[in-house]
Amino acid sequence: MSFPVMKGASYALVQCNDMVIHQGSTQTSEMRLNPDSEHLKELPKHLRSFEDCVAYPPNQSYIGNLPPREMKEISRPWYENPVSGATREGKYGEIMPQDEFLGCMKAVDMFDLVVLEESFQSAVKEKLTAHPVIGKYWVTLGTLDKNPGTTEQIKELVDGHKAEPMYLDDKLVGCVKKAHDFDAALSEHVMFENLAGKASAAFALALLFAKTDLTPEGVQYIIECSEEACGDMNQRGGGNFAKAIGEICGCKNATGSDTRSFCAGPAHALVEASALVGAGVYEEVVVLAGGATAKLGLNAKDHVKKGLPVIEDCLGAFAVNIGENDGKSPVIRTDIVGRHTIGSGASPQAVMQAIVADPLDRAGMTLKDVDTYSVEMQNPEITEPAGAGDVPSANYKMIAALGVMKKVFEKSELNNVVESIGMPGFAPTQGHIPSGVPFLGYCKDMMLEGKVNRAMIVGKGSLFLGRLTNLFDGVSFIVEKNNGEADSGAGGTDKETIRQMVAEAMKDFAASLK
Amino acid sequence: MDLENQARIKDLAEKYGNEDFIVLLGGGEAEASGLAAETVSAGDPTFAGPLAGVPLGLKAYHILELKDEIDPAIYEEQISMMEMVLDVDAIKKEVAEYRG
Repeated sequence: MSFPVMKGASYALVQCNDMVIHQGSTQTSEMRLNPDSEHLKELPKHLRSFEDCVAYPPNQSYIGNLPPREMKEISRPWYENPVSGATREGKYGEIMPQDEFLGCMKAVDMFDLVVLEESFQSAVKEKLTAHPVIGKYWVTLGTLDKNPGTTEQIKELVDGHKAEPMYLDDKLVGCVKKAHDFDAALSEHVMFENLAGKASAAFALALLFAKTDLTPEGVQYIIECSEEACGDMNQRGGGNFAKAIGEICGCKNATGSDTRSFCAGPAHALVEASALVGAGVYEEVVVLAGGATAKLGLNAKDHVKKGLPVIEDCLGAFAVNIGENDGKSPVIRTDIVGRHTIGSGASPQAVMQAIVADPLDRAGMTLKDVDTYSVEMQNPEITEPAGAGDVPSANYKMIAALGVMKKVFEKSELNNVVESIGMPGFAPTQGHIPSGVPFLGYCKDMMLEGKVNRAMIVGKGSLFLGRLTNLFDGVSFIVEKNNGEADSGAGGTDKETIRQMVAEAMKDFAASLK
Repeated sequence: MDLENQARIKDLAEKYGNEDFIVLLGGGEAEASGLAAETVSAGDPTFAGPLAGVPLGLKAYHILELKDEIDPAIYEEQISMMEMVLDVDAIKKEVAEYRG
């Protein structure tokens, strides 16, 4: 058999200061429960400029301009040590400002739900048409010629609770209307979230085309793996984000579907994509996800209280191309997949055993056989002030401790192991976004350069949040340097092996004739 | 501390009192564990949940403090890995502070 390969990955961030205030769930909850709170008064003073957001080391890392391990050389706090000469364009992606993104939300709206103020709409249309990636790959920019509104009309819709406001620098420039009079699944709030998720994912998809050899026409299947749900009151999570996103980039030969498992969604989706390609069902599959407006400023209360800037100001998105073995790109070892089963148990130890140790055991490998692990790559600068610690570092310690228990490592080596298998967290806390996938872009290049031979990508999900089960979830898979033979793969049977087998059989046959 | 958990603990404390009722914590951070211990003893310091201004006076223990009470085989299977990972002393110190 031939293993599928990971041909490339793209990453997008969108800075959305006004959405932190008006759509971030921490802030909207506060507005509902405690509208005169100190937090809401203080928060705007802690928002940072687009330039500061671009130069923030973890953001540069996310779009491909600063390998994560190099962040170790930058002193913390990172927000006080910007990357000099930083640009919004990166090797694997881009950081977009909010004004352009509001235009993007209108450009992906197929139901006339987004109303932008007339002059803002024409200004942003000009910017998006001239944008080297959006202008080239989005086929729906004509939407930006249609149905503008006046500030008064927009204000009336928002004040009448018929629309969710779109602000830019505290000024009302547009709104997203509800898609049904009373259907909660099509409310203005839900439509805002879904259009933001769709637009950011479509941006990541366009970046994938711009950064790799994949073409929109070449895509055969898309798997969307965010944490949003689209549908109406009769099928609240009916889908299909995947096709809706592919449509924006003119992927006319693609079909697709959505996969969900909270933060573990992307890892599940990548295993599914690899299986589809490995089985020969499709040749080119894209796994992608957009960002979640609800999570903007999720920990902003702690950040504001502790005098930090609001560093959870970005939507995150990504797209990954899984394709047939090209003899070059890293292979996905579909025979070494870790899974947290229904019977695995929920203690951290049981989870790490099931996701990390068991698949290696089954393949006759140990934790030492993996050069690097990409776990939940949350930026620690976001989580530490909120009392959640350094998530990637805790995961690396768990892997190392598991290795000590299995006598693969000495206890005295624990810190060295953490250092050698890990990297600092650099992804925004957008749920599914940090979960293993942010490293794939670097992973491909490091494997092509021979710096890494084998990596494990780990996704974990907290299913209790849906209040249907207390089970945990997690999936892992191995990415490995390609051995250069397109029609073979590690563990498979290549031509040379077959030739040898035939020669052996002939020899045995000849011997039997004596 | 999670608002729903605050509500559940409040209900349980009203039902069983605080004499023979302890709260067992499993948090991975000293600060967060201390915050949970404070919430169930003195009330929610963030004034966000049902225990805001409600001092239940419950004693909270972190699971790492109860190692001697647990079957060693189960402890080995479920907790020993995390014992290597977490800052055990800091967690124990922080949680003990709220038991008075």
